[in-house]
Amino acid sequence: MGTDFVVLSLVPLAIGILVCVSCALLGNFLVLRRQSLIGDAVSHVVLPGIVGAFIVTGTVAAGAMLLGAGIAAVLAVLLIEIVRRVGRVEPGAAMGVVFTTFFAAGVLLLEQSDTSSVHLDVEHALYGNLESLIWLAGSAGWAALLDPAALAALPPQLPRLALVTFAVVLFLLVFWKELVIGTFDATFAESVGARPGPVSFALIVMVAVAAVAAFDAVGSIIVIAMFICPPASARLMTDRLVPQLAWSVVFAVVSAIAGYVLAGYGPLWLGAAYSVSAAGMIATVAGLILALACLAGPRRFGTRTAARRRRPPPRRASHHQSSISNSLQV
Amino acid sequence: MMAFLTALALGAGYNTALVTIGAAILGGSAGAIGTFVLLRKRSLVSDAVSHGTLPGLALAFILMALLTGDGRNIVALMVGAAFSAALGLFCVEWITRRTRLTEDAAIGAVLSVFFGFGIVLLTVIQSLQTGGQAGIAGYLLGSTAGMLRSEAETIAVAALATGAAIFVLRRPFTLVCFDEGYAATRGIDVRLTDLAMMGVLLAVTVIGLKVAGLVLIVALTIIPPVTARFWTDRPERMVLIAAAFGAAAGYVGAAISASDRGLPTGAVIVLTAAAFFAVSLVLSPVRGLMSGLATRLRFQRRVHERQGLLALARGEAIYDPLTIKVLRRAGHIRADGVATLEGRAAAAAAVREEALWGLYRRLHPDEAGALDHQGLAPIATALPPDVVADLAARLEPADTGVR
Repeated sequence: MGTDFVVLSLVPLAIGILVCVSCALLGNFLVLRRQSLIGDAVSHVVLPGIVGAFIVTGTVAAGAMLLGAGIAAVLAVLLIEIVRRVGRVEPGAAMGVVFTTFFAAGVLLLEQSDTSSVHLDVEHALYGNLESLIWLAGSAGWAALLDPAALAALPPQLPRLALVTFAVVLFLLVFWKELVIGTFDATFAESVGARPGPVSFALIVMVAVAAVAAFDAVGSIIVIAMFICPPASARLMTDRLVPQLAWSVVFAVVSAIAGYVLAGYGPLWLGAAYSVSAAGMIATVAGLILALACLAGPRRFGTRTAARRRRPPPRRASHHQSSISNSLQV
Repeated sequence: MMAFLTALALGAGYNTALVTIGAAILGGSAGAIGTFVLLRKRSLVSDAVSHGTLPGLALAFILMALLTGDGRNIVALMVGAAFSAALGLFCVEWITRRTRLTEDAAIGAVLSVFFGFGIVLLTVIQSLQTGGQAGIAGYLLGSTAGMLRSEAETIAVAALATGAAIFVLRRPFTLVCFDEGYAATRGIDVRLTDLAMMGVLLAVTVIGLKVAGLVLIVALTIIPPVTARFWTDRPERMVLIAAAFGAAAGYVGAAISASDRGLPTGAVIVLTAAAFFAVSLVLSPVRGLMSGLATRLRFQRRVHERQGLLALARGEAIYDPLTIKVLRRAGHIRADGVATLEGRAAAAAAVREEALWGLYRRLHPDEAGALDHQGLAPIATALPPDVVADLAARLEPADTGVR
């Protein structure tokens, strides 16, 4: 168990947890700002950037891919803004126009270029291959964690994602005040000089960074799920922001571990001799947690019922008002 | 190129012709229903619907594979897809209505979770020892290559049926989009109409899966309506224009895709629609970038002309190069900056206009604020004659005096 676990499962699990936590942390602000679908859009638009970087450089080197994806993401954000302003359509539709076009361009580029020699296809982009990120040098078991040579052979995705998670935490700590004010009251933020515009653009850039880094390891579907499901579940648990962030991290970690274990061992327990997609299973578990939170989360009704309880029944209030206005007319 | 023209003229075989026509009908239906969904501000609901089809597709495939040995029965797959998409739609509605979460969070949660679960089921299918697995992969990104004749016919007929449904329901759809309250007083059940709208959207999505793929079908319900928005402000016309753009994108896209290998149908159709959108964005006479630029330049010139004329009337020197250019071109000044006879007359008229507008703004500030021009239009064309006469009578003769 020990050695097998270190070789086969330790790295995918760690990567899964890092991806889930970094996405969930940023997702809290997206959900509160009603921009949940930014994550969805970003994870679609990076495809042409990644394929384009491959066509230009001819390799699947991480740096070029990340750069290409980043350029595509920023370009898409600008285009969405243009479509929204010029076309005067709702933001959702503007987003829909841009991200589907980008994704279609990515698919076409992918089919037109010869990527058969490298591991780059649409299925991979959609649901990744978490299970393949094994650590062969970890065959010494847990002791390998202390062996520099073995550590150097870790899949490069792990340190990259650790760095991204660190950057996300740092971003939240540094811009905490601006993010919070901008999220809850953009007008007030403007008036006290908290610059909500640049800060929300920075948030979207961070979302793109997290999505792109995760994309390579686990595919886009898990990224979208993690931007939304854990924060949404956490929102149904508490009214306060810091506890909400904590809940979302807990939900993200639970989804990652339970999803990975269920994908790897669940079918075995049911008597089948195969495993299923870990990325898909992690998203499924996150969805189940959200379903539970919707059914039983202590704050699932939010402040709506609280307000309804406090306010007097509306009919009596309006009757009272109309009698006053009647008497005034007389 | 030749192959494309042949396909465009429906000469590339019966199946290809049928697929091309089917894609056109599908694009038309998607554009029409997408317009109503856009006007209802719920465009991205179709994203949740399309991703929500995957678990149903996979389950139907597994079920058919276990029962008959081949999972590629298009009717069974469509029914399965419709069921799980309806479940997804219900989840979005339920989460939005019963919890504090907003619709965008509900859409994102449903689409990612349903899609994730669908991926899990796809890996189950891969491990099943059954034929026709390539058939299910075609639904992710859409593939019309090697489509069976019966499949193409099913798609064409079903797309035609949804088009007919949209035609029948166009009045209540329009009314609900613009004024829910008024629709309710006219005896239209708003909830039922919304349900019908989502039902048609779901049907179009499910039918389009095989052609455009479930990741990209959403584009067919969003891009043509947004494109149509650039060409008209009237809902009936917008529906027709969106349907036309959608049909053209489906037709041309399917023909391009059929002309060569490595041109996935869904992606090509979406990019064709996006090309129509880009052209509209730049060239639309009402709200396009070009017309916006032209309007801006025209406005700038009029401001400079008015300010220049006022300066002439006051006998002030003009230094701004654009103002000088505008006045020169209109024949108000000579090359040395001295006003011509026409220029003096125009300057006097401008002073009078300015005085009348100023008086109007002082007397009726609310009405003046509601007018959407900045006093540059001739007052006689902007306001009723009696109001202008009243203003002129109130104006002291001293204000209109020409120097």
